Amino acid sequence: MNGGGMPSDGTERGAGGPAEVASYEPVIGLEIHVQLRTRTKMFCSCPLSFGEPPNTHTCPVCLGLPGSLPVANAEAIHYGLMIGLAVGSELAPRSIFHRKNYFYPDLPKGYQISQYDEPLCSGGRLGEVRIHRVHLEEDAAKLTHVGSSGRIHGSDASVVDFNRGGTPLAEIVTEPDVRSAEQASEWLRLLRTTLRQLGVSDVNMEEGSLRCDANISIRPVGTTQLGTKTELKNMNSFRFIERGIRAEVARQEALLRAGETVTQETLHFDPRTEAITSLRSKEEAHDYRYFPEPDLPPVRITNEMLHRARTAMPELPAARETRFASVLGLNVESARLLSWRAELGDYFEAALDAGASMHPPAGAQPLANWISELTARHDGDDPADSKVTPQALATLVGLVGSKKLTQGGAKQVLDRLVAEGGDPAAIVDAESLGAVGGADELAPVVRAALEANPDVAAKLRDGDMKPIGVIVGYVMKETRGRADGGEVTAIVRAELGL
Amino acid sequence: MDVQEIIGLTAAQAIAAIERGDLDAVELFSAYRRRAEEDELGAFTWVAEHLPADMHADGPLRGVPLAVKDLFCTAGIPSQSGSKILEGYLPPYTATSVARLEHAGATIVGKTNQDEFAMGSSNENSAFGPVLNPWDRTRVPGGSSGGSAAAVAAGLAPWALGTDTGGSIRQPAALCGIVGLKPTYGTVSRYGMIAFASSLDQAGPLTRDVTDAALLYRHMVGTDPNDATAVGHPEEIRLPTAERLDGLRLGVPTELTSGEGLEPGVLAAFEATLETARGLGATIEECSLHSAPHALSAYYVIAPAEASSNLARFDGVRYGLRREADDLVSMYTGTRHDGFGAEVKRRILIGTYALSSGYYDAYYGRAQRVRTLIAREFASVFERCDLVVTPTSPGVAFELGAKTADPLAMYLNDSFTVPMSLAGIPAISIPCGLSEDLPVGFQLAGPAFSENRILDAAHALERAIGFDGSPARTRTGATS
Repeated sequence: MNGGGMPSDGTERGAGGPAEVASYEPVIGLEIHVQLRTRTKMFCSCPLSFGEPPNTHTCPVCLGLPGSLPVANAEAIHYGLMIGLAVGSELAPRSIFHRKNYFYPDLPKGYQISQYDEPLCSGGRLGEVRIHRVHLEEDAAKLTHVGSSGRIHGSDASVVDFNRGGTPLAEIVTEPDVRSAEQASEWLRLLRTTLRQLGVSDVNMEEGSLRCDANISIRPVGTTQLGTKTELKNMNSFRFIERGIRAEVARQEALLRAGETVTQETLHFDPRTEAITSLRSKEEAHDYRYFPEPDLPPVRITNEMLHRARTAMPELPAARETRFASVLGLNVESARLLSWRAELGDYFEAALDAGASMHPPAGAQPLANWISELTARHDGDDPADSKVTPQALATLVGLVGSKKLTQGGAKQVLDRLVAEGGDPAAIVDAESLGAVGGADELAPVVRAALEANPDVAAKLRDGDMKPIGVIVGYVMKETRGRADGGEVTAIVRAELGL
Repeated sequence: MDVQEIIGLTAAQAIAAIERGDLDAVELFSAYRRRAEEDELGAFTWVAEHLPADMHADGPLRGVPLAVKDLFCTAGIPSQSGSKILEGYLPPYTATSVARLEHAGATIVGKTNQDEFAMGSSNENSAFGPVLNPWDRTRVPGGSSGGSAAAVAAGLAPWALGTDTGGSIRQPAALCGIVGLKPTYGTVSRYGMIAFASSLDQAGPLTRDVTDAALLYRHMVGTDPNDATAVGHPEEIRLPTAERLDGLRLGVPTELTSGEGLEPGVLAAFEATLETARGLGATIEECSLHSAPHALSAYYVIAPAEASSNLARFDGVRYGLRREADDLVSMYTGTRHDGFGAEVKRRILIGTYALSSGYYDAYYGRAQRVRTLIAREFASVFERCDLVVTPTSPGVAFELGAKTADPLAMYLNDSFTVPMSLAGIPAISIPCGLSEDLPVGFQLAGPAFSENRILDAAHALERAIGFDGSPARTRTGATS
């Protein structure tokens, strides 16, 4: 089962619940809110806000002033269609907006314009997770509670910034196909990359342009009936999502093992304390009194709109992964890494284009490996932000491929490139890092190594090859890593007549 | 010209007089401004203190003053929708329909009283007091555009803007002896109209005669980038010239004209008008709107449902009345308890209930199906008839307070006007005679976008009827 990370200490043995239940599996569905990167808000012409002073990007519509009316943003609908196409949804030729009614100070009209039973996109799949629907709605304003607690209860006052209010959101709802916390965060990375590739969102979790809720239940492994679910709200990083889901799964499992039941409720996960607290129970759930938004005519998707969305579609991670694997011959890990992390894939392709000496697929896999080396030296950030140009990395890989540079030598060159940038060939020349090769150059060094380690030489002659590393290490040290280990071994054998 | 001469002119006549040089636009505005200021009927909630600096006297409407129903947002001018919760509210922007009219040369002389959030048929639900009917000050002017109707009838304004959700232009026009046009839904932008029921609300003119109605309406229609439901009008609105009704087929829906509650005097005036129409060459035939008897029930589910949501924004957070409290819910409830009147609260409750989970299908869903049926039945009737005609209201203006204790009796006032609202089709009310010395309205309705046809027919009938509205003007402000 996929429920890795489940705490098993104590709970399994100690609980007095049904003894034969060995293990539970989590059943998780995700609801993701994506702020769309449109020019203007969902239902008015205010520009989107990126940290401007409070209440400067507002108008009668997004302030909910009397008499104002919404007009749907065509660009948001376009982005919604692109998301639908990316996950293979059925795109509704006619969809409608509904009003979701509830009172809260961050909701100026007293209702949120959203979609209900006729969403823009239905069904679909991304990776191994099926998509239930994708719909459009407007974001709420930002409420800040002034005073002690930071929450509305007990605060001295609350202030509202309507800059965010009305920002277009796409809500993506999955089927309950996720089976672990790790899978949830891994899949969210794929979704994030897909959305970034589409160019429809900044997909920045910390800044709230990508937000995730999880519907979580557990059931005994091997059964199909769904357990009572809880909804974990608004986790704003991949780490918190993993930790939050893990904690909630553990909480539910502990309840069931203790013979208790899970209550349907909406929960909040505090990443600092790992505490899960109830926001509201099923009984306290809102009756949103959904009804069709009379101020907006139905959204009718024309062939022209579909054509425009299809034309705007870039290559998506799943397709790119397939291409990297089948056309360029990358291994599974590299293909997934370079496609799911689009910036790595972009860097990879730029280097491929730059490397005239490289002939895919032969040079592709080594290049992929060297990109991993580069990111490891660059804190995992986008290599495009490093001092190493794709051209430089391509040259480096070419030097290794043509045996002009050893792996060890190349790592030293890469260190220099990361620190200072520049041309690898020039660094190799200036630092004399070029590979040392051939019997002419290496045989004297090997002989010196054997002479310096007579006992090792004796063992080798007797056919015990274990200590050969000592000889290779000596040669590497002498050549400052510029020799090829395999070649050194071959010369040792030749020298000893083995 | 003296004041009596000036207020004797229709808006079109005043425009002609200005163009001839017989009348000065400033003089006209001042005359009406003074009369509005001396208003004894409670028709106005705000009157201009002076001539606005940006008067467009060179526009086709030549600066002629216009009274505007309170619920239209007018920048910097109180726009309160007859409600205490918006008392003193000054919008930062002007409604599209008003802005269009101003651009065409209309000058706002005042804002007119109305039922709170346009909910009412007598104008007694206003937070700013009732409006008196200029024909008889012990009676109501109708509602919800009661202030606009009374102001035009009494000569306190040459014409006025109103809104009609279930009859709120036509019924007060009928009760005050003037013309009121409810246009096809969507031909006039709703942007800046403080919403009652979004799928029904429509702005329209209240005027002295049919020509003025056509003239004002012509400058209101059009699409609007701020209103996704505004579709404009496929035809240019013409000033009506018809004097005959030859070949016009008028349908009289039996379900509406044989119902209970129709006052004999109203029925007599209606039938006399049918005779007049026949004399002008029209044919009269009975037709059937089977679902019309259910229209009122459907309306009083749909309109409150939308209102319950539309009025949620009046929460004390950003504008309007606010009752300070220690916590959020108490602030909400205190504000809305004190800010809304009884009828508004009643409709919010009805609407909230009708939309509630578990009741939606039985109420809102079913009401929408009735609405669809009514629209289809009208469409079918219009295959055989050019226009449908009914009395506008089952009775003449009633006495103040007569129906305030009985909401259902009050709602019945709308039974002849609501079906057209649900169908989204245009309808006009013209005065067709007197009953008990009070005006009776005659309603003509046509298919969507048939305003030109309706205005022509109404114009021909108006000439033949020769209704005299001057008593309401002479009884008002005679001392000034």
